[in-house]
Amino acid sequence: MIVAITGIILIIFVIGHLLGNLQIFLGPDWINGYSQHLRDLGPLLWAIRIFLLLTVIIHIYVTIQLAIENRRARPEPYIDRQYAKATFASRHMVMSGLIVLAFIAYHLAHFTVRITDARFALLKPDPLGHYDVYSMMVYGFKSYLVSGFYVLGLFLLTLHLSHGSSSFFQSLGLNDKKLTPRLALGGRIFAWLVFVGYTSIPVAILLGLVKAAQQL
Amino acid sequence: MNFLLRVWRQPNAKARGKLVDYEARDISPNTSFLEMLDILNDNLLGRGEEPIAFDSDCREGICGTCSLTINGEAHGPDHPAAVCELYMRKFRDRATITIEPFRVRSFPIVKDLVIDRRALDRIVQAGGFISARAGSAPEANSIPVPKHDADLAMEAAACIGCGACAAACPNGSAMLFTAAKVSHLSLLPQGNPERVTRVLKMVQVMDAEGFGNCTNTYECEAVCPAEISASFIAKLNREYARASLRRSAGE
Repeated sequence: MIVAITGIILIIFVIGHLLGNLQIFLGPDWINGYSQHLRDLGPLLWAIRIFLLLTVIIHIYVTIQLAIENRRARPEPYIDRQYAKATFASRHMVMSGLIVLAFIAYHLAHFTVRITDARFALLKPDPLGHYDVYSMMVYGFKSYLVSGFYVLGLFLLTLHLSHGSSSFFQSLGLNDKKLTPRLALGGRIFAWLVFVGYTSIPVAILLGLVKAAQQL
Repeated sequence: MNFLLRVWRQPNAKARGKLVDYEARDISPNTSFLEMLDILNDNLLGRGEEPIAFDSDCREGICGTCSLTINGEAHGPDHPAAVCELYMRKFRDRATITIEPFRVRSFPIVKDLVIDRRALDRIVQAGGFISARAGSAPEANSIPVPKHDADLAMEAAACIGCGACAAACPNGSAMLFTAAKVSHLSLLPQGNPERVTRVLKMVQVMDAEGFGNCTNTYECEAVCPAEISASFIAKLNREYARASLRRSAGE
């Protein structure tokens, strides 16, 4: 139940973050203005960041405890093992979750703290005086290695969400026999929409459809 | 039909077990899986070898005593069916068949394929009953029960307590069993007075017995010979949340 509630909070963040990012397709003014708006929140922004961090910590702490108990519940594994229904995603939530955690750590260092790419400090403010997030994203994703890791991280997030985004209904008891298969399908569709939405940004940049607003 | 069987042999609870190969020859396709093991055991006895120990009783899918993991699936490949309802025609001729016990820490192995499932009994003893003496069967319409509730309670009551849910669960969780027992009583007026204490106590004992946690993989409902739906687990989660709230509200 704790996992379900913290999971829902994180899913809401994933949706909000995606909507924010997709503004790159509306041009530099939109996304630069949006990020300025976020920074202008000041203490509220930090409150949200700390809240999200705590949510992640609780989500991971509780699930790791559950995973340890689950491992203890079957000390001697089956020699032969077939699954009749359990999906790959549902059986590998800890693995996909921990790789997504590693991805988030890199992602924050890359675009939030900006310590992995020295060029980001050289970017001039845009004509409206905002930090040029638009060009930062373009230069950040120009590297195949960075974009590749981003797509891989998103793929594992998709795997995680394809189980998690419908699983919480069951944990909270918010379903019945008819609803469960529909929710499972809906969860999978949602997860892949997240994947397509996020990865469209590096793909568009690598294809040259989105170009930097300034030269370095 | 001929089969190569790889059977888990373990002389007692403490000994280390291993898979041992046996050949089952000239088996009729209409032999049940357990009859095939009987034939093999007759042959073993004839050669002066120790027969394979396995559990069975009614052999018509209603008692929940048989408990084999066949080729990695609880009760074998013919869902929904208990091992006793599985026929050799389901397998290809000359197939290799791996037979293991249900593997859950809370179901310790007694010998070979025989396991001790008293952990499930202890969950039921914690609250899976009605304390009041109900006497003999009352007049049918003296306590009205909505049709929907009666059907749902009947579905849950179909659980035969075999433990395949826990055996198949990647986490060794007995949630489907406990959910069926909690649901079947809480849906009926006779079970309603003890609804709050029942779910709290049964879940507490389930956890204390060392079963794992439900991660909603639904592997349990796929192997359940009584076709108990995993939506009863959602119902158990609801019942548990409701009971915890009531308990903390001081009821």
